[in-house]
Amino acid sequence: MSLFTEVPQASPVAVFKLTNDFKEDPNPKKVNLGVGAYRTDEGLPWVLPVVKKVEQIIVADPSLNHEYLPILGLPEFRSSASKIALGEDSPAIQENRVGAVQCLGGTGALRIGAEFLRRWYNGNDNTRTPVYVSAPTWENHNAVFASAGFEDVRPYKYWNAEKRGLDLSGFLGDLESAPKRSIFVLHACAHNPTGTDPSHVDWMQVAEVMKRRKLFVFFDSAYQGFASGCLEKDAWAVRYFVTQGFEMFCAQSFSKNFGLYNERVGNLTVVARDADNLKRVLSQMEKIVRVTWSNPPCQGARLVAVTLTDPELFAEWKANVKTMAERVLLMRSSLRSKLEALGTPGTWDHITQQIGMFSFTGLNPKQVEYLISEKSVYLMASGRINMCGLTTKNIDYVAESIHESVVNVQ
Amino acid sequence: MSIFSEVPQAPPVAVFKLTADFREDTHAQKVNLGVGAYRTDDCQPWVLPVVKKVERIIVEDTSLNHEYLPILGLPELRSASSKVALGEDSPAIKEGRVGAVQALGGTGALRIGAEFLRRWYNGTNNRSTPVYVSAPTWENHNAVFADAGFADVRPYHYWDGAKKGLDQTGIMDDLEKAPEHSIFVLHACAHNPTGTDPTPDEWKKIAEVMKRRQLFAFFDSAYQGFASGNLDKDAWAIRHFVSQGFELFCAQSFSKNFGLYNERVGNLTVVAQDKDNLSRVLSQMEKIVRTTWSNPPSQGARIVAITLNNPELFTEWKDNVKTMADRVLLMRDQLKAKLVALGTPGTWDHITEQIGMFSFTGLNPKQVDYMIKERHVYLMASGRINMCGLTSKNIDYVAESIHEAVSKVQ
Repeated sequence: MSLFTEVPQASPVAVFKLTNDFKEDPNPKKVNLGVGAYRTDEGLPWVLPVVKKVEQIIVADPSLNHEYLPILGLPEFRSSASKIALGEDSPAIQENRVGAVQCLGGTGALRIGAEFLRRWYNGNDNTRTPVYVSAPTWENHNAVFASAGFEDVRPYKYWNAEKRGLDLSGFLGDLESAPKRSIFVLHACAHNPTGTDPSHVDWMQVAEVMKRRKLFVFFDSAYQGFASGCLEKDAWAVRYFVTQGFEMFCAQSFSKNFGLYNERVGNLTVVARDADNLKRVLSQMEKIVRVTWSNPPCQGARLVAVTLTDPELFAEWKANVKTMAERVLLMRSSLRSKLEALGTPGTWDHITQQIGMFSFTGLNPKQVEYLISEKSVYLMASGRINMCGLTTKNIDYVAESIHESVVNVQ
Repeated sequence: MSIFSEVPQAPPVAVFKLTADFREDTHAQKVNLGVGAYRTDDCQPWVLPVVKKVERIIVEDTSLNHEYLPILGLPELRSASSKVALGEDSPAIKEGRVGAVQALGGTGALRIGAEFLRRWYNGTNNRSTPVYVSAPTWENHNAVFADAGFADVRPYHYWDGAKKGLDQTGIMDDLEKAPEHSIFVLHACAHNPTGTDPTPDEWKKIAEVMKRRQLFAFFDSAYQGFASGNLDKDAWAIRHFVSQGFELFCAQSFSKNFGLYNERVGNLTVVAQDKDNLSRVLSQMEKIVRTTWSNPPSQGARIVAITLNNPELFTEWKDNVKTMADRVLLMRDQLKAKLVALGTPGTWDHITEQIGMFSFTGLNPKQVDYMIKERHVYLMASGRINMCGLTSKNIDYVAESIHEAVSKVQ
């Protein structure tokens, strides 16, 4: 008899199961529009040229060693990453009220932030503060906050399926009716999975309500630069909230914009009222980090820090990011125009209006099922596609497949 | 008013504060015998030659990219690590009942194991299963298990201060009295901080009681190879338990034996009764990993996997490990010899009887204070010293300092 006899089999994470099914599919025309990672026009992963360059720099540098990083991470990484989010000239940074914790990707940053909030926000050890995540949202948000101990994770209205756009009045309505001090997880840009972001005016309204009702701002920023091709543009919302005087968290990921998915490079930027409050907050975050991973991994952080702090490398990185963003934009306009040319029922403006890696196509579960089983085109049950999975070689097939599914399946 | 006003300043982690104080000390002869990292005879960090070699191999390998690792980690790392712990010819491995989770150093491995046990061991979500950690133990053990949700973390007798050795009767007594199904955190070798390990016979007795009383064996293995210079010798206890049919966890760290401290290379080896139980356990561990760091960092794992899976590199690594272990043994011999030659009061056999990076000198807090303040020799309040901090250049000064402390302060 095993100690583990009663342990049930956990269901696999949907997006990884999709990729597994894709791998096992023998159809030569198969297309994977599932997991969110960039692909070149050859359908291959892309190690950014600047990353390759900096990897060589690092391996050739005899002054580097593998001694433990500080618990909060590599200082040069933390400060340069926060500058990326808030801007080089951010007054908050100049006022010494911005700090950061180097974390394991965006997930790790969310987790440390969540663990801190559960312990120290809105009373001590407050597991009952509501945490709002968008409907829909990245599939892991709910579980990260729940794992941190929050008992009340709820959706806020976000996606309007009929108009295939933002449900602003629903969103604002939920902000107005949320218990005071509730925590809201906001996507800084390139909303996952809908690709639909609030406009500047929308954000201003959101901020006004949040300030008035003392709601906590927790940004998730996984696509800065990747969404529009411009770092500043993609950080507009985060920076706006800072100018409005919010104390807030921003979980940053460098997985996508540096293509460093597997080195787990993330940063939890903390904006506080002043240096003293910041210091106490960071000291408590240290305690949380210590019992989770002790201190963070170096390689990816070094790569990013070296790049961000060297003007030439920084420029080269921005160009690499723009390359990725532009290929995505090209695929968006190609897909839309092909669907329109095919006369596929429905409107397809949303393909080009949405931003970032993902598009919420509006395909229903049956149509998705058709695409997968009949056409070997793999996408999430929600109808989410990863634009990076499209290439000049497969886009016709995908467009035709979407056309077929919409026409044949209701 | 800040939302963080009530957040208190957390005290710093003792061992890092010690190093910070050391850094600020301007005394020419200062010595740091605090934090546990290897130093060369020039008191420098040491990047293992095999590591430098493999880092170059990695950077030259154009087939590698930065795509996400599987949630459970790099397969080659997981299997090679488990082999290192359990032995190449481990029957348990051959029976397909050994699995692993790549984790963030030893800390991460302990944390994932603890989270799993709290959710699924001895009932579901049973926070009251007692977790026993040795008295004394690594300062982070208690906090890791507590943070995973265990409400009852207790000490088991271990160190006998009077005889400066293992408190065998104390251990056996605690094992006999512990509630059935209690979890025991066992140091696989090179006990931290005492450097005092059970003998094989003592391990056999421990295993017998644990089996009879259905206590859970959770090994912490941070010094395999580093302790005696021999991988198999240092894994004797783990392998004995496996041969006795235990289902157990072993948290492995490659921080010390690969000198890869800051790349966070760890592995949670899971030994289950059979494949089916193993599979269900790993599936639940995936869920835990997903909300903590999503998937682990690649660089360190790749370095270790390439090394362990290549016969030449593996041999070179074992050689590098022996270099470190041998220097530590030399310092132990010399320190003892010098203290004996100085006629320092007390017995000093324990310096050479203890094993691994640390020695529990037996110095009391007042004597430790004297060492730090008067002699600028930094060590933990417990009297723990890191042998790696000793060099041929500072060993006389340290020996004299200990002599003074013991002679002048009671």
